[in-house]
Amino acid sequence: MNTLLSHAVKKTAKIKNTALLLSTALLLCTSALTQAQELDITVTNLTQGIHFTPILIAAHDSDTQLFKSGDMASPQLQMMAEGGDISALSTMLASANKAENPAMGLLAPTMSTSAMLSTTDGNMYLSVVAMMLPTNDGFIGLNSWKIPAEAGTYSFTVNAYDAGTEANDEMITGGGAPGAAGIPAAPGMDAGTGGTGVTMTEGNAYVHIHRGSIGDDNLTAGKSDLDNTVHRWLNPVARITVTVN
Amino acid sequence: MISINKILAFTALSTLVLSACGGSSSSSKVMVPETPDPMFTQSYQVTVTNLTYAQPMSPIALVLHNEGQLWTMGEMASVALENLAESGDNSDVLADSMVLSGQGGAGLLMPAMSEVLNVSYTFTDVNNAPMKLSLATMLVNTNDAFTGINALAVNNLAVGESISFTTSSYDSGTEKNSELMATIPGPAGGGTGEGFNAERDDIDKVAMHSGVVSVDDGLMGSALTQAHRFDNPTLAVMVTRTE
Repeated sequence: MNTLLSHAVKKTAKIKNTALLLSTALLLCTSALTQAQELDITVTNLTQGIHFTPILIAAHDSDTQLFKSGDMASPQLQMMAEGGDISALSTMLASANKAENPAMGLLAPTMSTSAMLSTTDGNMYLSVVAMMLPTNDGFIGLNSWKIPAEAGTYSFTVNAYDAGTEANDEMITGGGAPGAAGIPAAPGMDAGTGGTGVTMTEGNAYVHIHRGSIGDDNLTAGKSDLDNTVHRWLNPVARITVTVN
Repeated sequence: MISINKILAFTALSTLVLSACGGSSSSSKVMVPETPDPMFTQSYQVTVTNLTYAQPMSPIALVLHNEGQLWTMGEMASVALENLAESGDNSDVLADSMVLSGQGGAGLLMPAMSEVLNVSYTFTDVNNAPMKLSLATMLVNTNDAFTGINALAVNNLAVGESISFTTSSYDSGTEKNSELMATIPGPAGGGTGEGFNAERDDIDKVAMHSGVVSVDDGLMGSALTQAHRFDNPTLAVMVTRTE
């Protein structure tokens, strides 16, 4: 708090009105630590060739987590990561404040979508998930980001995770149900067929940072149905901008 | 809160005192010679380090500006940026109309090497102080990958203060990532690889780069090897306001 104040003093000694506003804001935010907040949230797909399926944005309490690195995925998370279905995760989040599917479908590469979220007391943590297509069980993940009490705009990037529930065979089979092998679809219509499968096993059954897809350069054969010049990515894969009003 | 109020009161007082002084001098009849407009200069020193294994960076474009940005996620690259990202030529970016003052790098910035660049802008109206600093450079052993910083707000940086960060890599979306020898302007292209080509045969939107595949990782015909692969971040940058 001392640093905050001294910053405020430095910058406001010159402009009185700003100083008054700032000091009021500082007072307000100390008393607003656990109260309801109005948020504007924008999610941007930073990738060049990966689509996001319907996005789930949730403000929840400290006891709730949609996923956790090193833990096994819940069946609800598995449904989202393998098939893009956020309904079970949403049902699980009974007391959370949610924005579901703000893009009304797929979020294409480089595109952004926005949602407003009114949080209620105690829902001080923000999480965001969406499946990445074409992948077997890859998803963008933000886990329990503490929503700042201070009004302002906050921007950060998030990484790609692997749910650890399905072998990354990279074969586009239409399989999106939990336990069904293969990738549901390649929305960019830029993938191949006839792949023999990159791997048939998933040795790490815990949620982990996705190692990336490998793809190949043969759209009618090879190991993978993915195109290695289109469907790879590097982290980060999404930008999230939160305005606390 | 008390300290803020004290300072406010002090500021208000000193404003009163100053305006009183001003009032008395302007009411006197003594002729004062006209003084020239005051000049202000802002200078920044930027240290850039290439973090990659084998991706030389093209001569850096470093610019101060108030308006615009060098690129926007999801939008078409400007021709100036396309030229930088496909050929490594920074001249169009440095000559862009939004640029108040620009500085080009001395030459290729090789892997693991650092370069220090200085950029200054002198102005008479305080309202024209440069607000933003941008920087761009191509990863030359690629089709159209670049990295840099985009419209960093520097207006609150005090003299002597620094900001440090690392940057990720972007794809200008203007050239397909074929990795063919004839399309790579860097050393991996054998010195004859094409640079700028006005044709846009990729998604024509700026996105983050997905990395190079290379012949060693399954792209037939690629002039790149495992050595040219990179991960984020690719550049370390430190910006210090020096004046």
